Amino acid sequence: MPDRTDLIYAYDGSFEGLMCCVFESYTQKEIPSVIRPPGVQQSLFDTEKWIESDKHKADRVFNSIPVKISPSAQELVKLGFLTCAPHKELLIYHFLRLGFNYGNKVMTMLTDATVCSLQKAVRYLTSESHKFKGFARFSVYGEVLVAVIEPNNFVLPLIAMHFCDRFRSEEFMIYDKTHGMALIYQSQKAELMFVEELTLPEVDGTEAEYRRLWRQFCKTIAIEGRNNPRCRMALMPKRYWGQLTECIVRSSIK
Amino acid sequence: MKIDIYDKLTILSDSAKYDVACTSSGVDRSGKLGSIGSAVKAGICHSFSADGRCISLLKVLMTNVCIFDCKYCVNRFSNDIARVGFTPRELADLTINFYRRNYIEGLFLSSGVIQSPNNTVEQMLKALELLRNVYHFGGYIHVKAIPGADNELIARLGHLADRMSINIELPSQQSLQLLAPNKTKESILRPMGLISTKIQENSTDLVKFRHASKFVPAGQSTQLIVGATPDTDHKILTLTEGLYKRYHLKRVYFSAYMPVAEHSLLPSVNTKPPLMREHRLYQADWLLRFYGFEAQELLDEQHPNFNLQVDPKCNWALNHLEKFPLEINKAPYEMLLRVPGIGVTSARRILTARRSSLLDFSGLKKMGIVLKRAQYFITCKGRIMDGLKITSAGTIRALMTDQYQLTSPNPEQLSLFNEPFITREDVQQCLTGQI
Repeated sequence: MPDRTDLIYAYDGSFEGLMCCVFESYTQKEIPSVIRPPGVQQSLFDTEKWIESDKHKADRVFNSIPVKISPSAQELVKLGFLTCAPHKELLIYHFLRLGFNYGNKVMTMLTDATVCSLQKAVRYLTSESHKFKGFARFSVYGEVLVAVIEPNNFVLPLIAMHFCDRFRSEEFMIYDKTHGMALIYQSQKAELMFVEELTLPEVDGTEAEYRRLWRQFCKTIAIEGRNNPRCRMALMPKRYWGQLTECIVRSSIK
Repeated sequence: MKIDIYDKLTILSDSAKYDVACTSSGVDRSGKLGSIGSAVKAGICHSFSADGRCISLLKVLMTNVCIFDCKYCVNRFSNDIARVGFTPRELADLTINFYRRNYIEGLFLSSGVIQSPNNTVEQMLKALELLRNVYHFGGYIHVKAIPGADNELIARLGHLADRMSINIELPSQQSLQLLAPNKTKESILRPMGLISTKIQENSTDLVKFRHASKFVPAGQSTQLIVGATPDTDHKILTLTEGLYKRYHLKRVYFSAYMPVAEHSLLPSVNTKPPLMREHRLYQADWLLRFYGFEAQELLDEQHPNFNLQVDPKCNWALNHLEKFPLEINKAPYEMLLRVPGIGVTSARRILTARRSSLLDFSGLKKMGIVLKRAQYFITCKGRIMDGLKITSAGTIRALMTDQYQLTSPNPEQLSLFNEPFITREDVQQCLTGQI
């Protein structure tokens, strides 16, 4: 396969689109050096090749993964797409090339740079999504619960099931500020949608009171003689504090 | 004077904080329509307090009124502090409202002994029944069994809770007699045995009848205080092992003694809590539970306490150098787990990677395996790591000593006068995140 180092694929940013890039590369027998999602600036002289999304082509690639590689590789690719790894498209593309070449064995090639980078990125995604099962803080507005999160990875699809199950009889929304998406759960139905901006109304007295109680509880439960801010920071990095009720400085809430 | 919920919460969480357990793990339960809450087997940490411990459950006492006078406890009746109590309704409301906002995974309910052990348990039962049956709360509940309460009451608690625990606190009968005159070994071990038997009966019931209600599905745990009495690590660890084997406990927690009272039988109020000792005990506890070690391999009569400067696994390896170096490409899983610096995750990753290729040191690094300690104990394709010169057992000891930056020429001997040097990572882990 000729390796044209200047070949750039541009796609629509969807998972389907990325699968079509893989399809294109195999049918045209060419290897792209960059796979570019929309919104990334083009440099002056490069010329990109637009890859149109096509459900049929995407399905052919996606459905071949469990057959030619393994079901767990398919899962890894799906998760890989949600990570915040830089150039995740290229990472997934090269992983798939290796996979179509070596088959199932690719999942054990942990010392390969591509495989280990992709697995590392996915581990970051899954561990961050686990964190947000605990760190998402809801506020009660009337009958509706609203949480705002700022994750690095796109964790909403991974935490959706958990919260829908837990708050089965509630109505809630989790707004991902980083990715401009929201999970909305209403009358036992969940939906992911684009939300550009979210302005929340003032909280009522009950809500403010429970926040106060919770802050007090978190303060009291610590044992002074064991104070260990480093340990705390390692387990709950400051990056998350902005949306944590118990960590926000008082004046900014009231 | 009327005490509002804010003050009650402050007092009753302050009194509960010395209980270290705060895990919400051990049971998977999905949510139901019309109810609120679920449980996740791995447990979920919702926040971390300033001491670095995980906050997962609303940890409070039902009341801090107590007729017992355990010398080491803040709530002993001879202590002059404000006494309050939640009503079952207040407690249930607080739990549900915290839970809805995803502040917590559930409730950890303990209590001082009010009037009698039975009376106390009845109060707790009221709160839990309200939560489970009226509020339809499906989240996690950890409840303390009160020593001395009737079997029938303890059994009822067990059907409402996910985990139960009874704190042994003091690891020997003599220490109990001295410091907790109202408790006996019997009054602690009897309910523990009862819960253990009930859990096992229940597991066969569940096989026979699909709808049998679950009894303490997340198992039971206990806590031991470290450093309030002269009991050795060996004694504590042997007791721990016995509890895992005979009572099938899910977890044994250790709590470095925080001086809360001036008493001739206790360390003085200025004593620093033995955090490092507690950390070593936790490390050893993990070795027992996940690494296939036995207590007698780690400590014996001649060495009754852990070396504070070297972690227990490394210490074991240094005393068994004849078993090393280990060939990474051939060693069985059980032996990989015994290499200092290689944990369960690393060992599993090595097994996976070995299936497709022979591993070398750079490959191990890529896989995220930390070689800082492991390098002295392994070979890859028959070779030790480049640049590493090992000529004798003594050299490894010296190198390890170097790593731990011991100042004493004889690493096994603990100096009486120098503060032991403790590595940064130890301090960071010390401890609690894992609890």
